[in-house]
Amino acid sequence: MTLNGWVQILIYFVLLTLITRPLGGFLFRVFEGRSTLISRVLGPVERGFYKLAGVDAKAEQHWTSYTLAMLVFNLVCFVALYLLQLYQNLLPLNPQGMSGLTADLAFNTAISFVTNTNWQSYGGETTMSYLTDMLGLTVHNFVSAATGIALAVALVRGFSRRSGKTIGNFWVDLTRCTLYVLLPLAIVAALFLIWQGMPQNLSAYTDVSTLEGAKQTIAQGPVASQVAIKMLGTNGGGFFNANAAHPFENPTALSDFFQILLIFAIPAALTNLLGRMVKSELQGWAIYSAMAVLFFVGVTTCYWAESQGNPQFAALGIDQQASSLQAGGNMEGKEARFGIARSTLFATITTDASCGAINSWHDSYTPLGGMVPLVNILLGEVIFGGVGAGLYGMLAFAIAAVFIAGLMVGRTPEYLGKKIEAKEVKMIMLALLCLPLANIGMTALAVVLPQGLSGLSNAGPHGFSELFYAYASATGNNGSAFGGISANTPFYNITLALSMMIGRFAFIVPMMAVAGSLVVKKHTPASAGTFPTDGGLFIGLLVGVVIIVGGLTYFPALALGPIVEHFSMLAGNLY
Amino acid sequence: MLNHFRPAIVLFVLFTALTGLAYPLALTGIAHTLFPRQAGGSLIEKDGKVIGSSLIGQNFTGEQYFHGRPSATTDTDPNDSTKTVPAPYNAANSAGSNIGPTAKSLIDRVKDDTAKLKAENPNAPVPVDLVTTSASGIDPHVSPAAADFQVPRVAKARGLGEDAVRELVAQHTEGRTLGFIGEPVVNVLELNLALDAAAPVKTAPAAPAAPAADPATAPANPAAPAATEAGH
Repeated sequence: MTLNGWVQILIYFVLLTLITRPLGGFLFRVFEGRSTLISRVLGPVERGFYKLAGVDAKAEQHWTSYTLAMLVFNLVCFVALYLLQLYQNLLPLNPQGMSGLTADLAFNTAISFVTNTNWQSYGGETTMSYLTDMLGLTVHNFVSAATGIALAVALVRGFSRRSGKTIGNFWVDLTRCTLYVLLPLAIVAALFLIWQGMPQNLSAYTDVSTLEGAKQTIAQGPVASQVAIKMLGTNGGGFFNANAAHPFENPTALSDFFQILLIFAIPAALTNLLGRMVKSELQGWAIYSAMAVLFFVGVTTCYWAESQGNPQFAALGIDQQASSLQAGGNMEGKEARFGIARSTLFATITTDASCGAINSWHDSYTPLGGMVPLVNILLGEVIFGGVGAGLYGMLAFAIAAVFIAGLMVGRTPEYLGKKIEAKEVKMIMLALLCLPLANIGMTALAVVLPQGLSGLSNAGPHGFSELFYAYASATGNNGSAFGGISANTPFYNITLALSMMIGRFAFIVPMMAVAGSLVVKKHTPASAGTFPTDGGLFIGLLVGVVIIVGGLTYFPALALGPIVEHFSMLAGNLY
Repeated sequence: MLNHFRPAIVLFVLFTALTGLAYPLALTGIAHTLFPRQAGGSLIEKDGKVIGSSLIGQNFTGEQYFHGRPSATTDTDPNDSTKTVPAPYNAANSAGSNIGPTAKSLIDRVKDDTAKLKAENPNAPVPVDLVTTSASGIDPHVSPAAADFQVPRVAKARGLGEDAVRELVAQHTEGRTLGFIGEPVVNVLELNLALDAAAPVKTAPAAPAAPAADPATAPANPAAPAATEAGH
């Protein structure tokens, strides 16, 4: 680890903290239905959308209607993306003549983008036409992100409204989020990224004759428009196969710095939105602090482990020491311009959030370095988390935390002014238990089937990590991978898609039930017996609950993969 | 439930038109006005011909050029479309090795590459980025340590003094952005272009030093043919 590496990590965190409040305030205005600076331009567009769609913007929805609207919208999205990929060969804007996708790959990718997972069974520049990139992947990056944010806001309304019946209007939340938040920010972000060197064109790939006279075909396309929203919406599905490691998808260290800020910007701001909506910004900062603690634990572990390098290399006389002339450390699968500090910072952030973009291959990390992204995903991606998904996931843990605190003192717990009773606790447990079912269950299935084992590229415990990571990533709607796995087979495409659906919808529906149950309750004013949820004790308890729930569930599986591999590596075993 | 289908379909179509057509097309237009070079892929021309992109690494194998990092990219096997063959720096199929730290294949590959590099420059430790594959397979950069390691070979092949070559490397070393962002790097293609301009190989005394595609000097996949024919 170097001083400069830590300076980069700390400056990143300071900048994130500085944008949290202003952006949170902006989100608050948008979702409270107030006018914003850009309403003058986009207001008529918004009203036009409602008119054509037959939406009454004033009509509020019960939680069941809100959830059903979301599910129907996702169904429409899925069908459209599936068909677009199957028949892209018949459609325009396909200068490379890409053929239509196989049915199982199109199914996997459609589920993947609709659930905000953006797992890459597809190969990017070798698979997708420009039309599929624009009309398919880019659009779903916007609307799946807006869906997640809308759901989080609806859940918060369950806390903030008193004795209500409704939790908002899905169509209005979806539209306002896309028009006022995502689109303007994506335009600014894309221009910044283009300035840094990201291509944005519709030309065919460029054939060149290199300096030594070899042929090289340089893939390009409408990259920036897709990547800006890919990061902002914590989607993470790459334009290129190598994702944000590709020099066109992440040209400079500055573009990389900007992209990791984009990942956490909205998830961090949503904690402030929560605070504003329940009329105590401190409540938001408490959640923010718990997330920050877990973030620093992750990035420190990952950065330390990768800085150590590979013990086998040291024996060969390879210099892995960081110096002013090189980053050193374990550089397999990492880019020179990012080095160790920025590769591990990116890996931590992309898995804290449900982004899943990568600027280095997690598969080639040291065992403990690679365990950090895996654990981040398994904890439920609540460390800032995906846009919306991170907040509603962390609120599930917060309910569990006050429930446990309530058990200790034998008093009905309260959170944000609402009594937490049996129904809410049952629902969050249902949501939290669906996740291990989908990731451990599917891993167990793949481990005993030849169709599962044939996809592995690494042997020994690392092979198990590869497999476990795939289902963890799908269930967590993350989308990053231990990329050696050959996942573009019918078996993996279908089982991973199932994991993604369970991880998204089997979590969302119970959480919306919580929102519906909370919204009808009266506000309980804080009394002397109320457990304060805006102080250090609660932050510590929340961090503890996240780690204990995750640890109890996943420690045995982790022991079989990265932990045994670590000791094996130190003992000098090779596979 | 049925009453949700109209807003779902209509809004989906409207969002598709707005974020899937208007947004990327408008950006393409704006980008070509404001940042034409970047938007077009930062292509480099030499004598009126496009020879590459400053952001995309190339597979250098000749002794008179600085080499980039090992690359794990592949291409479709021309003889069997279900298989792939190594094709370093294939810019139409970016990829990393995805080999784990305890894989025998990783250690074997690194051992081979290290032995070759040590034969070329026995006086310095081998910088780790010269024997590890990059994440994209088309990393345009190496660390300053990796460039420095290659100076004796390049200087000899070009008939230049080592100090002159080191001076060129120093000129093409990019520091951290704003002094703290990222890592110092050397852009290999730009450095090699500068080398060609400063000391063209044809007039240098040691001109015939390197048969350009000598497989022994290929950094990544020693068994791989140098061809990077990228299919459409």
